[in-house]
Amino acid sequence: MNDMINLSRRSFIKSTALVAGGLVVAFSIPQAKRFMGVANAAEAMPLPAPNAFLRIGADDSITVMLAHSEMGQGVWTTLPMLIADELDADWSKVKVEHAPAAPAYIHTAYGIQITGGSSTTWSEFDRYRQAGALTRALLLQAAAKQWNVPVAGLRTENGAVINGKKKLTYGQLVETASQLETPTSVTLKKPEQWKFIGKATKRLDSAEKINGTAKFGQDVQFDGLKVAMVARSPVFGTKLKSVDDSAARQVPGVIKVVKVPTGVAVIAEYYWAAKQGREALKLAWDLDGHDKPDSAALLKQYQALAQQPGVQAAKAGDIASASKQAKHTITAEYVLPYLSHAPMEPLNCAVKISDQGCDIWTGTQMQTTDQAAAAKILGLKPDQVKIHTQFLGGGFGRRANPRADFVSEAVEVAKAAGLPVKTVWSREDDVKGGFYRPMFVHRATVALDQQGKPLAWQQTLVGQSIIKGTPFEGVMIKDGIDATSVEGVADSPYVKGTANHQVHLHSVQSDVPVLWWRSVGHSHSGFVMESLIDELAHASKQDPLAYRRQLLKDHPRHLAALNLAADKAGWGKPLPSGVFRGIAVHESFGSYVAQVAEVSVKEGEVKVHRVVVAIDCGLAVNPDGVKAQMESSVAYALGAALSSEISFKDGQVVQSNFHDYQVLRMKDMPKVDVHIVASKEKMGGVGEPGVPPLAPAVANAVFAATGKRIRRLPIGDQLA
Amino acid sequence: MKLNINGKETDLNVSDDMPILWAIRDVAGMTGTKFGCGMAQCGACTVHLDGQAIRSCVTPVSAAVGKKITTIEAMQEDKVGQAVQAAWQQIDVVQCGYCQSGQIMSATSLLKQNPTPSDADIDAAMSGNICRCGTYQRIRTAIHEAAAKLA
Repeated sequence: MNDMINLSRRSFIKSTALVAGGLVVAFSIPQAKRFMGVANAAEAMPLPAPNAFLRIGADDSITVMLAHSEMGQGVWTTLPMLIADELDADWSKVKVEHAPAAPAYIHTAYGIQITGGSSTTWSEFDRYRQAGALTRALLLQAAAKQWNVPVAGLRTENGAVINGKKKLTYGQLVETASQLETPTSVTLKKPEQWKFIGKATKRLDSAEKINGTAKFGQDVQFDGLKVAMVARSPVFGTKLKSVDDSAARQVPGVIKVVKVPTGVAVIAEYYWAAKQGREALKLAWDLDGHDKPDSAALLKQYQALAQQPGVQAAKAGDIASASKQAKHTITAEYVLPYLSHAPMEPLNCAVKISDQGCDIWTGTQMQTTDQAAAAKILGLKPDQVKIHTQFLGGGFGRRANPRADFVSEAVEVAKAAGLPVKTVWSREDDVKGGFYRPMFVHRATVALDQQGKPLAWQQTLVGQSIIKGTPFEGVMIKDGIDATSVEGVADSPYVKGTANHQVHLHSVQSDVPVLWWRSVGHSHSGFVMESLIDELAHASKQDPLAYRRQLLKDHPRHLAALNLAADKAGWGKPLPSGVFRGIAVHESFGSYVAQVAEVSVKEGEVKVHRVVVAIDCGLAVNPDGVKAQMESSVAYALGAALSSEISFKDGQVVQSNFHDYQVLRMKDMPKVDVHIVASKEKMGGVGEPGVPPLAPAVANAVFAATGKRIRRLPIGDQLA
Repeated sequence: MKLNINGKETDLNVSDDMPILWAIRDVAGMTGTKFGCGMAQCGACTVHLDGQAIRSCVTPVSAAVGKKITTIEAMQEDKVGQAVQAAWQQIDVVQCGYCQSGQIMSATSLLKQNPTPSDADIDAAMSGNICRCGTYQRIRTAIHEAAAKLA
């Protein structure tokens, strides 16, 4: 402990108390403000114990502990920037580690340790700065003590305390600082004093990710660690009837075959042996009489439901009487498929059970639920389960499962095998393994007046709830409405700005496992709302940009993003022959993103040439990181819009790998120009808000190019 | 079985049909080369076999006997590999990073065959490498940057 600053435990204990007793299953989310983009959630938190968030070594190294997981979004760089500014750190000395699963690292707004909801930067903005500032104050006190001078005459710069011409590096002060009491208050710097915050900063994880040394969960290896693959049911919700593993056991390298709740696990020395062993299993599943989802039948069922009243999610005025004044009435039905997250790194989780507890190595977005689930399976206390978070080879929500599916299964495998085991998924397992963005059908009827202004807006949504049956049900489902199903519709400025409106929801029951997928409900609602608005603009013969400006005139942040994107794209100015524009703007996770897509359609093929993005996320802590996330969102959303779809036939998932679950490739990547609105507004997220406007911007451009309205995703061969 | 990995003769106890990917990762313990799809669809497993970019997830070790396997771990000693890695850092290409070993191996192979690739050349050479974080625009820029540095 000599090289660590050992601070008062007071605030640590206080924050521990927040979750004491309730950690295992009662995931109370005291400030479940996920949908409001709360920027100041940390205000109510006690000052952090700085040693939970950073360690200073005698060698001057500054190790920042990440309470959140790095999955590409850049928090490995952004959170250290927050500390570095307040600490006056030497940036070249900064190292980063994922924090363990522990109460000190619970999300300042959600009450569990989680990376999701595009919330890391805003939710840690105060806590990480405070940790830096508290540590700096301590180091100043330590220097004052060593020099026997008042603190007031000292300053800090680039990793050292300075007194006139004398200098002590932070590493030289660690010993003294560790004897001191933590300050009880601290003053944070003013924005004009920031050296890092707001400046484009290169990633700290770049070097190890380009030379092959970065460790992902998949890369965890140690003596005695075996590899398992699990044979799972081909139809969700069905059980194993019988297994003949005699041939599997003969495969060289196969060690054991064990039953687990999700199926049959083949444990082997290597992946290749586990795979061959699994292929040699003879399995029978109890499929008789079980519901077998079929995409064509589901579509009919959803379409029928969309024409019936559901549970009311929003209501104002009187739709029926207002509709009588209508000049035009537009009715449209939109269909969106199940989607797989398909992160590049297939799921995996290494588990070692010992007399003392359990160690888990994995890439996860939700340590608390994984820890609780593992503890429950093993009859341990949560703190006996150590989670070693590795780099995530993509998350997009798939690695944030409240049901802890892949971690629970890996724990079951290690428990049944009696060996340390890394359970790995193939790509086929991932594509067929469920936890999809749910399929949705929206049906909307909008009545317009003479000027094209909506008089009445009725919309019904049909789709599975991603929250039902999870520990979040209590706080995220109110009066039968899963807030994530209707976000982007029930709170849409267009709907709320229409005096007479009504939003209904049918939450369909199914055994198909569903989960949040980058931008959650906004991944479908953004497409529907911004396509519908385009329909309304055309029905009332107005320019789509001008029409939106009129409806959003009381929404300055929407307008700022919309106007910046339109301006930078040269809206209204000529384009090369055959190229057409579409526009969309959508708020999600506290940020406002507008996009203009430039598209041509030739022989039924959609080509997106350029996407101009404007985002108002409040303060952009790392502007280049914001740009990277906008580029990423365009690519992720464009692949889905053009070609991704999970479908069912006779109860089974049709797709299996990247040849039939198609995602965006280099040849289809448009040029992406990103512009950040200079904004002093509340901070929002950046990981997800770039996703929702992309599909409608492209589809609206397709309409401009062809006159065909895309009301079903993916676009696929609809234009052929 | 004797395999030449990054210039070293390595004796690995593997069956003929084991894909090079798993021999490198699970048996030789070199984890820089990644598993993404297992059917040559995503390019995460790209290595060079006698200088040619191949998908190691579908190429059995028997095909590598008497040939030279080069992986991401050796790119720092390769002039073109170095330039590509430097450009990747300069442009800040990576996000989650999982696909980047494969991207760099494909890009290095491209630049060795075509020192001045156009965007169309890049699209053709790199479309077998999927990046779910969508770093494609920066990859394109970084390849041009590396090409310029090498010229």
